[in-house]
Formats: sequence, C-alpha cells, structure tokens
Amino acid sequence: MTVSSLRQPSLLLLPTLLVLGVFFCIPLLLMFVVSFASRGLYGGLEWVFTVENYQRLADPLYWTIYGRSLFLAVTTTVVCLIIGFPLAYVMARSSPRMQTLLLVLVMIPFWTNFLVRTYAWMFLLRTEGLFNSLFLHVGILDAPLDLLYTNGAVFIGLVYGYLPFMILPLYVALERISPSLEEAAHDLYAGSVSVFRHVVIPLAKPGIVAGCILVFIPSIGAFITPHLLGGGQSMMLGTLIQHEFLVVRDWPFGSAISFLLMLLVLVVGVPLFKGRRLWGS
Amino acid sequence: MNRSFRWLTGMSVGTLVFLYGPILVILIFSFNASKISATWEGGTLHWYGQLAGDHSLWLATSNSLLVGTVSTLVALVLGLGAAVFLERGRVLGQPLIEGILLLPLVIPEVMLGVALLLFFVMLDWPLGLTTVTAGHCVFNLPLVIMVLRARLRKIDPVWELAARDLGASPWQAFVHVTFPLLRPAMLGAGLMAFTLSLDDFVVTFFTTGPGATTLPLKVFSMMRTGITPEINALSAILVTVSMLLIGISLAFQRK
Repeated sequence: MTVSSLRQPSLLLLPTLLVLGVFFCIPLLLMFVVSFASRGLYGGLEWVFTVENYQRLADPLYWTIYGRSLFLAVTTTVVCLIIGFPLAYVMARSSPRMQTLLLVLVMIPFWTNFLVRTYAWMFLLRTEGLFNSLFLHVGILDAPLDLLYTNGAVFIGLVYGYLPFMILPLYVALERISPSLEEAAHDLYAGSVSVFRHVVIPLAKPGIVAGCILVFIPSIGAFITPHLLGGGQSMMLGTLIQHEFLVVRDWPFGSAISFLLMLLVLVVGVPLFKGRRLWGS
Repeated sequence: MNRSFRWLTGMSVGTLVFLYGPILVILIFSFNASKISATWEGGTLHWYGQLAGDHSLWLATSNSLLVGTVSTLVALVLGLGAAVFLERGRVLGQPLIEGILLLPLVIPEVMLGVALLLFFVMLDWPLGLTTVTAGHCVFNLPLVIMVLRARLRKIDPVWELAARDLGASPWQAFVHVTFPLLRPAMLGAGLMAFTLSLDDFVVTFFTTGPGATTLPLKVFSMMRTGITPEINALSAILVTVSMLLIGISLAFQRK
C-alpha cells in the first residue's frame, strides 16, 4: 500500500489525459480524417472521401523535396556524430571541474533560442554578410557569393542547431565507461585506433543511438532552418507542409504530407529506439 | 594515447568555436554603430535604446511570459498527479497511455502545429493567446511528466511506507514525505518547460491569432522585414537571458 491507495487514483491521471486527448489526440485524428477529404473550390474542405491526396504524394514534383529532406537529415546526423564525438569524449575524460564547465558550455546553445541561432547564420551568410565582406576585403573573391538560400546553408543551420542534441547523450554514455577498460586494452598492446573501435564505440553505443535519434527526428521535420536559410530554393518536408496549409490552403494534401513525415520519423525512430533498449540493458 | 588525446582536444576546441562563433559575432555586432551592420563603425548602445522604446516588443514579451507561466503551471500541476499515479498506482491500458505521453515529444513540431490549427479552425475556436497556451501545454505536459517520473523512480517507496506505518494518511505521506523529495525535480522540470515555452516558435506560429504576438513571433517578423542591428541587440538579450536561466537552474541543482 503506497500512494496507490489514495482514494480516487484515476482522478490524478484524468486531467492529463483530458488535455492531451482534446489538444493532441483529437487534432491528430481530425487531420487523419481530413487527409482523406477533398479540397473545396475556394480552398475550403469538402467531405467527399478520396485517396487522391495520398496518390499525389507520388508526384515526381515532390520527390526532390523528400529526397532533400532525407539526405539533409541523414548527413546532419552523421556529421553531428563525427564532430560531436571528440568533444563528448574529451568532456568525459576531463577533470570534474572541467567537465562541469564544458557541460555548461554545451548546454548554453542547447537552451538558446533556436530562432536566434538560425538568425546568426543568416547574418553570416547573406550577400552583404560577414563572410562575403571578409572574403571580398581580403581579396579571395571578386563578387559576393550566394551563400544564403542554398542547400548548404540549410545543412550548416541544421548541424549548428542540433549538434548539442548529439553531444549530451554521447557524453552521458562515454562518462560511464571506466578509463581502466581503455588502459587494459592498451596494456594488451591495442593501438589507439583499435581501442577506439573495439572498446569505446561498442560501450558508447546507447549514447550514439540516442544522439542519432535526437538529431534525426527534428532534422527531418525541420521548419525554421529551411524556412529562414533555405527559402523557396531549398524546401524540406516541414516547409512544404506549411506552404500547403498557409499559402496554397490545400489542407487535405497538407495533412497527407504530414502523415508521410510522421511515417518517416517512425520508420527510422522506432527501430533505433527498440535497438537502444536492447543495447542499453 | 597522449598524442591522440591532444588531437581530440584540438578538434573539441574547433567544435566549441563553431558553436560559439556565430553567437559571439551577433553579440559584438549588436554594439555596432553602422546601420549596414557588416562592417564595424564603432560601438554604440543605440540599438538597445531603440528596442527599449519599442512598445510592441514589450507587449510581445509580456505575452510570452504569460503563456510560459500558465502552460508551465498547468504542466506542473497536472503532470505531478499523472507522474505519481503512473509510478505508484496500478494503471489500466498502460501501453496506450505511454504512447500518448511519448508521441507529443517525438512527432515533428510542424505536424503538431498544423493539427492544432486544423482543430481550432474547424471548431471555430478564435485563435489567440488561449490557443497558443493550449498548444504549449501539449509539449510541456509530457516533458514534465517524463522528468518527474524519472525522479520518482529513484525515490524508494519505503519512505512512504514508513510514514503510513506511523499512522499518516496517504495524503499526509505524500505531502510530508514524497513531495519534499520531488521538489528539486519540480523546479528543474518547471524551468525546462518555461524555457521551452518562451523559445517556442513553430507551434506558436500555427496557433496564434491577431493580437497574440509572442517574443519569438516578434523576432521572426523583424527578421522577415530585413536584417537590422535591432535584431542583433534583441538576439543578444535573448542569449543573455538563456544563460541566466541555466545559471539559476544549476545553482538550484547544487543545493
């Protein structure tokens, strides 16, 4: 008998379920229903059942956007892993004092307004931005480059935005590995590379998987980054959904794209998540 | 080993420069006297003064604080009950409930935003601060529940049992034993939820209506009209506030 013997325990959970039911489950279900409705003449809805919205997803017109979203999300994840790992490792092997300091340094960008951090790259990359002025001044360039509103700008913005999401779980996993395991491997004549491959990486796997999930999911559904750094030139799924809802006002089709996005998130996220449970134990 | 560690340290320094460089540039240029902003023309506090005189900015700030406070309080109060029940009680349909609590944290924010927009418009629910707050509760509530449950799992039920053996009612056991142990987690979860709400752009963007501009929406509309030194100054303020909030939460964790 613990708190479970409070007289009406379900009353504790009920308000939460009510809030999430009304403002989360019902809107999602509604969107699912709408994805099978037709678009009215003037942009409204017509309650005529159709699967046309899902058929339209196969239109080659949109394949570049899906391809770009997947490609950018995957490369962002991989690059975050590659540049995040050394820092996470150094953090985990520093003195406790240094660890706290580095942890705070990684957490500050994590908690800094995402819009502001994206804006910083707009400021650097635009035609009259710092990079172009600098290059022109030094004489590397004769004319400013179009750096903003490119796939490259979106890619940098995504890596910059989600790198802390990779470093933190990596650090947590690496910190748990006892340095004596690495020393033991060294004593047995393993080189730095093979210690890394056969000791550090296998033991850090739960952190690697967690970091990859935490970077991949927001990257594939990114909205702010492609909107501000990609513009109309480099659309991703998130900006396409916004475009269909607010600009074209084709809600049924916008809903269908949303469920495609959810499918992509679940297809990649769920196996990784299940795998993490296996490795984690 | 030492040599490769030095290599890794060098790369780490590079990563930190990458993380902080752009933010520092914005901080520095927020004091730049030049209106065209890419070249340095001496220091000034002019842009900060300009911001202080912007009435709509103050309004947006107070809207943000209001939405943040209400959605955080709702998440804390409802989340506390849910977390205690899920960890200590017997739950029917646990997998379904776990799913409902996980999904808002996993699905892309755009999707949550457009689903809410669809829902509110179809119900003829006027878009404004109420709808924005409801949207923020959807991501804050599962977050708070997750943090509180993690903490509750570490609190041995033995303490509550001891209180009960000594004649405390379940309610007394909760108020005098469990809750004080949970207080640091409540504070941490509250700060996280509040920061998340203050920073949120995507869900707010889709659920907002006339007259319900929050701070991120204001920043966004300023960015769209062109890059000005005022945005640099505002960004610098927001970065400083984030740092302060982290400082506060760390100070509380130490205690």
